[in-house]
Amino acid sequence: MLLKDLCELKGVAGNEKIVRDTIKKDLESAGKKVTIDRMGNLIVSNGVKSDIHLGVTAHMDEVGLMVKGIDDSGLIRFTNVGGLDPRILISKVVEIGDEDVPGVIGAKPIHMQKAAERKKAFAMDQLYIDIGTGSKKETENSVSPGDYINFISPYQPFGNHKVKAKALDNRIGCFMVLELIKMDLPIEITGIFTVQEELGLRGSQVAANNLEADLVLVLEGTTCGDLTEVEEHLKTTELGKGPAISLMDRTSIYQRKLVDKLTEVADQHHIPWQYRRNSFGGNDAGRFQHSKEGTPCLSVATPCRYIHSPVSVMDERDFEGMKKLLTVFIEEISKGGIL
Amino acid sequence: MDGKNLLEKLIQTSGVSGYEGKLAEVVKEFFEPYADSITSDALGNIIVLKKGQKSSGILMFAAHLDEIGLMVKKIDKNGYLHMTSIGGFDQRVLPCQEVTVHGKEDLFGVIGMLPPHITGGKQEDSIKLEDLLIDVGYSKEEVGDLVSVGDIVTINRNMRLLKNNRITGKALDDRAGVVSLYEGIKNLHSQIHDVDVYFVLTVQEEVGTRGAITSTYGINPDVGLAVDVGFGKTPELNAHDTLELSKGPGILVGANTHPNVFKRLKETAKKNHINYQVEVAPGPTGTDAWPMQISGSGVATGVLSIPLRYMHTSVETVDWQDIETTGQLLSHFVMYFNSKEMEDFLCY
Repeated sequence: MLLKDLCELKGVAGNEKIVRDTIKKDLESAGKKVTIDRMGNLIVSNGVKSDIHLGVTAHMDEVGLMVKGIDDSGLIRFTNVGGLDPRILISKVVEIGDEDVPGVIGAKPIHMQKAAERKKAFAMDQLYIDIGTGSKKETENSVSPGDYINFISPYQPFGNHKVKAKALDNRIGCFMVLELIKMDLPIEITGIFTVQEELGLRGSQVAANNLEADLVLVLEGTTCGDLTEVEEHLKTTELGKGPAISLMDRTSIYQRKLVDKLTEVADQHHIPWQYRRNSFGGNDAGRFQHSKEGTPCLSVATPCRYIHSPVSVMDERDFEGMKKLLTVFIEEISKGGIL
Repeated sequence: MDGKNLLEKLIQTSGVSGYEGKLAEVVKEFFEPYADSITSDALGNIIVLKKGQKSSGILMFAAHLDEIGLMVKKIDKNGYLHMTSIGGFDQRVLPCQEVTVHGKEDLFGVIGMLPPHITGGKQEDSIKLEDLLIDVGYSKEEVGDLVSVGDIVTINRNMRLLKNNRITGKALDDRAGVVSLYEGIKNLHSQIHDVDVYFVLTVQEEVGTRGAITSTYGINPDVGLAVDVGFGKTPELNAHDTLELSKGPGILVGANTHPNVFKRLKETAKKNHINYQVEVAPGPTGTDAWPMQISGSGVATGVLSIPLRYMHTSVETVDWQDIETTGQLLSHFVMYFNSKEMEDFLCY
């Protein structure tokens, strides 16, 4: 399974089936037994038994859109699923529902606008999707309220080790969990692929309620604001400076002792790393850390520019660094001494 | 050759105003089998002539090749490109577009914007052009001489079919018009007509209808039509300012249209059961017909508008049928002049 294949799958929050089925098939062909809980989380063991039990988790869902209704003219009104800036939606091609009906999100021609109009962003409720139909009835033949709407964005390497794709948040994490489960590491690992992270860490609550682990590694693609005009302290992460390790975010404060162990291991293996230098945003660690009687968590992520857009950008070297760091860190854990 | 195939190639090929060169090769290949001659003038207009039996008059049909685009204005210390626009761009269509930077070689890039935690709660404000950056994935050192200030940037968008034969893509303004001219010359291939017909693919329309100025002067036609796109009806636009998709081209009425041309286009459409709509434009039309009309000793002009939604975005949408219909109206219009005196036609 390649990161490319995972990113190009459609899996808007609440509609993770295709991603889940693909991951399931990949794990089963590697001889792993998977279970799926009532939320739709996929749980898999690497089959090893050891005193220390490690959880590794990533969410399968991505942000997207959903059909709200159809106008008399046949145009489709929609709403967001997960956090999306409506300004990124203008002048894009999307695909709707299981049949992948293509449609466009247009905008009022510049010629017909007053100067003041252009100073305001289009709001979500001003936008609609045009699939080429001329009436409500005609649209209803192929689209229904509740249909999920997906972005189209092929995985595209470019520049110096950069990759553009949709859903890097969080197919990067999914890829890592798959690798770690299939890698034959000498320690009991449970892989947890969660649903509905983008809607408020919903799937992970149920997964956490059913997990007994000594440490959970929450693997992510995370925000990166390393644009020129951004002040240093607001960049959060920078591309090309290695995987980002969290100290604190909106949902968790990570145990400093464990964070320091992780950065020590990175330094020992000469793996570049960076702190995630912002407490904005949260992730599934918020659930795993605070469920039952509490489980320590660490969060490691590959920085992604333009996250929550169809054109997220990562640096392959950060991605490779993240994979290596996780591998050596888990090897260290398996030797004892960290937990 | 299939007109849709030409349209697809035209959408894929970039030709921002002043930089239409690559498109010339594409259109020449398609028009060549039907043309008596293909020439170009000093501005780069492509002039396709189909001679008449009697050369009893000169018709000129113009559709513009150029599209709006972007130009690199600055390469900043981190290798991000800052841009300015060529032609009328609403900067709100730009965030998160995939682009091609036509540098030393074509480079892939994305138009980046700041993440929400930095823009805070200001999502209701429009993003400014100066706050958008093109990310080509290189640092300033790595970019080196791959990109220079002044390089052209275009949005990546291939043709895509929607329901009902509707087509979406970039630069349908006015590649849809170019293809309707192509349909027109194909229709005339098996026909005998008296007048000479110039199919002119103009340049620099989007920056002030400049190609039409020189090409009309060179051809000096009796009658000239601009074939461009018109505002397609969508809910936020006034119905009376717009044309409906799938109902045929708009025939423009107003000062830019010679009354006899307007009347003849309508009658030709009716006689041949061709759908049309009337588009009202009392003043400037913003089309090639505007300079064409006052070229030399004056030209009897008219405008045909192919209805198009979301003009000047990268998801412009037209109905293929409207392109074909426009091509039919053009060829029937040519046939009207058989055994007619041009002077009679032009008489007020």
